[in-house]
Amino acid sequence: MTAVSLTVNGNAVSADVEDRTLLVYFLREELRLTGTHIGCDTSQCGACVVHVNGKAVKSCSVFAVQADGAEVTTIEGLARDGKLHPVQEAFRENHGLQCGFCTPGMIMTAVDMIRRKPVLDRETIRAELEGNICRCTGYQNIVSSIEDAAKRMAAKDKAA
Amino acid sequence: MIPYQFNYHRPKSLADAQALLKNSPDAKLLAGGQTLIATMKMRLANPSDLIDISGLKELNYIRVDANAVTIGAAVTHAEVAESAEVRRALPALAELAHLIGDPAVRHKGTIGGSIANNDPAADYPAAALALNATIKTTERSFKAEDFFTGMFSTALNDGEIVTEISFPLVERAAYTKFRNPASRYAMAGVFVAKGKDGVRVAVTGAGPGVFRQAEMEAALAKNFDPSAIASIKVDASELNSDIHGSAEYRANLVSVMAKRAVAAAIK
Repeated sequence: MTAVSLTVNGNAVSADVEDRTLLVYFLREELRLTGTHIGCDTSQCGACVVHVNGKAVKSCSVFAVQADGAEVTTIEGLARDGKLHPVQEAFRENHGLQCGFCTPGMIMTAVDMIRRKPVLDRETIRAELEGNICRCTGYQNIVSSIEDAAKRMAAKDKAA
Repeated sequence: MIPYQFNYHRPKSLADAQALLKNSPDAKLLAGGQTLIATMKMRLANPSDLIDISGLKELNYIRVDANAVTIGAAVTHAEVAESAEVRRALPALAELAHLIGDPAVRHKGTIGGSIANNDPAADYPAAALALNATIKTTERSFKAEDFFTGMFSTALNDGEIVTEISFPLVERAAYTKFRNPASRYAMAGVFVAKGKDGVRVAVTGAGPGVFRQAEMEAALAKNFDPSAIASIKVDASELNSDIHGSAEYRANLVSVMAKRAVAAAIK
């Protein structure tokens, strides 16, 4: 067992973990943050995407001990003061989710994508979604949601 | 999926990492872990210890000078892809990094890991071979030619750590790959380069390991144009056949990718 201390969604967390504990299991089973999903468990599907130090990673392919000292953000950490994050809002309004299983990973990937590339066209969004699979194949509205979110966030940045 | 037990270490220096590696013969180095962790989850690997070198400052740098782009072993694919300096000096290399895996994988996976693992379908070995790169380790320096020795094998000794890869700048270069749509690994990837070492064509994904295509190199040395290699038939006898494609299909892909790479390089 190894002692780890990290920040998860702004809260300091300390725990003893087995070295082999994957970050996704730590988040779901230790911290009960079950918004991060396990889909394929082989780093293909992206349902487990979270941010570590501001960058999207697949939490099924990172050990919790690697995140010692890091800042982790999960889907539960996006909304502020009861208000959805603009990407969440855009997914809701554009019918960007069907069964919802892939949605947390899609949204975490989208937030990371918009951070790196504030101006996005549909082709770029599709290329950036390479590592996220929607089992409902509902990509059309996922792409629309991200396109809409990027525009809203750019407009908001301009206004601010 | 849960791997076997192991002990995790995060050394503070390369020297500490070497000492740890020396003291535990069944240890493995961990950098991005995007191959190793998946392999451990499948219980195909069972290291006693993982030595995490991802955070070492000594391995995290990109240097560009008049002759070469030099990249520390722990630099991630995303960092290479997004580096304005690499984009300017050796755009084909930045583009190659951008084509690896997906954004989340690129945030973790490292150039040193890719080179040391030498997956027969990995991208960086093609760049290293075509650009006549120098691979530096804790013990010595290799020419790419002498480093990659076959499927998943390299000339590295036990306990030897790749520290940096130095890619000479060239006049023209491009990388084109036909990706397996599920794994994003190369079904066939071709890196072409034209510089002071002549024209070099390296192929990944199609055979048991990265290799140079001598016939194409000779033809392109005379005329650096896709038409120069249009009639070259790639020998399928030593290429891979699997559920994703036959050796003959891959041989044809190598031709198509090579022509596209040359076309991109002269654009």
